[in-house]
Amino acid sequence: VNAPRGGVGGGNDFQWCFSQVKGAIDEDVAEADIISTVEFNCSGELLATGDKGGRVVIFQREQESKNRLLSRGEYNVYSTFQSHEPEFDYLKSLEIEEKINKIRWLPQQNAAHFLLSANDKTIKLWKISERDKRAEGYNLKDEDGRLRDQFRITTLRVPVLMPMDLMVEASPRRIFANAHTYHINSISVNSDYETYLSADDLRINLWHLEITDRSFNIVDIKPANMEELTEVITAAECHPHQCNVFVYSSSKGTIRLCDTRAAALCDRHSKFFEEPEDPSSRSFFSEIISSISDVKFSHSGRYMMTRDYLSVKVWDLNMENRPVETYQVHEYLRSKLCSLYENDCIFDKFECCWNGSDSAIMTGSYNNFFRMFDRNTRRDITLEASRENSKPRAMLKPRKVCTGGKRKKDEISVDSLDFNKKILHTAWHPKENVIAVAATNNLYIFQDKIN
Amino acid sequence: MSGEVEASTEEQQEMQDTVVSPEKAEEVKLKARYPHLGTRPGGSDLLRKRLQKGQKYFDSGDYNMAKAKMKNKQLPTTAAEKTEITGDHIPTPQDLPQRKQSLVASKLAV
Repeated sequence: VNAPRGGVGGGNDFQWCFSQVKGAIDEDVAEADIISTVEFNCSGELLATGDKGGRVVIFQREQESKNRLLSRGEYNVYSTFQSHEPEFDYLKSLEIEEKINKIRWLPQQNAAHFLLSANDKTIKLWKISERDKRAEGYNLKDEDGRLRDQFRITTLRVPVLMPMDLMVEASPRRIFANAHTYHINSISVNSDYETYLSADDLRINLWHLEITDRSFNIVDIKPANMEELTEVITAAECHPHQCNVFVYSSSKGTIRLCDTRAAALCDRHSKFFEEPEDPSSRSFFSEIISSISDVKFSHSGRYMMTRDYLSVKVWDLNMENRPVETYQVHEYLRSKLCSLYENDCIFDKFECCWNGSDSAIMTGSYNNFFRMFDRNTRRDITLEASRENSKPRAMLKPRKVCTGGKRKKDEISVDSLDFNKKILHTAWHPKENVIAVAATNNLYIFQDKIN
Repeated sequence: MSGEVEASTEEQQEMQDTVVSPEKAEEVKLKARYPHLGTRPGGSDLLRKRLQKGQKYFDSGDYNMAKAKMKNKQLPTTAAEKTEITGDHIPTPQDLPQRKQSLVASKLAV
């Protein structure tokens, strides 16, 4: 029996194929081009990326053409704009990077699209709207825009709307600033579509989308004496259906679920999730590798997933004392922790995501590898985002890391892995088997093969 | 005599640890390279370093001088255009050369 080549994220015949790659080919990567966040909108029609240079690029999926049966719609550039600029806080001598830490889309309520983008200190609400008509035949000005001589106007006419080339405009509608002393790591839109939360290392704030001059602080873990600081907030997310519930994860590997109905200040959690640790196995690295870099609720709202340095864990919200599923991402790195600490890779913050039906999860690794786990079949697969395998609709070959002993053909040994090629950000289309994978300065899009 | 017996038991424990846990072996390696590494594993030193990210300059003067060094090539042209700034003209915000905007488009948008 052949080893399953696909089967993750879909049925047994499922295979991932290359679809598109975006970004510069040259080896010299400009720091500003490094992609720092990737996010599909609620329908999957739009795909947004943010980069270290503070820019946002939005791709739109082409309408499926009946002629091209073998490929689904491709993503093409829809809009791009400069979201954040570098700033300097003169009071604190603090340089504020323009890097976009997170983008979150608002659910679409009219023809325009809205998204929130955040750097370390400021969140902005952007409106992206289309203009495909232009008014012509003004009375007071001519077609160039120059004012007409009023004495020459003898008749009155009604301006007519004429079609024009599609223009996509992005404009900042709200700027939510000055609410974070520390660096923002998360933003999350609430299911009430009116509020959202933003989290930094020590505090979480609740905002109303219409109000920029104030926000409610709902979590504050700053100790009175900073010498006593033992943990920081690493990620936070609102529950997908219950607008009073949110979770936040910590650098100590714990997750706290809070209920805003219980108290105005949610310093006391409603639920506390922590996996018991075997004290005899504790090492210098234990706390560092247990630090949670991402937390995501399942679409169903019944589960949540956390990513720590070596694994991904699925938790049932009804069970606080241990995760219900644990998946090893790259366990072979456990015997490399010393050098990973020295080159700072041990502090890399990997994200994770669910597929639309919550049956599969995905997360990134090194060497431009990314991993997918099927929760039903318990199968897992390692794939690579590489231009070497970028022929249109080329099937992706599963990759394997050799952990010791004899290296088989096509396997790669742990020592040959390129730790500069990290896949920190991935996104899964909310409804279909389409994934976006950010590999440093390139964005890869993969789709399933249509049989 | 009993001290020697205890030492060898400890050594045995460490050897066992190395065999059992690759993580502990890595810790031994790290401590060998950095013997003065913080007594509290992954503790507040790391966290405080994380919170202080971005603090690179002593003060704003230091920051501006660093930026000026990077923009050396641009300074002469700016000065030529705004000669009235130096000397007896009081500059207004509109007169001052703006911080360079990032006009380069993302390569993803090509």
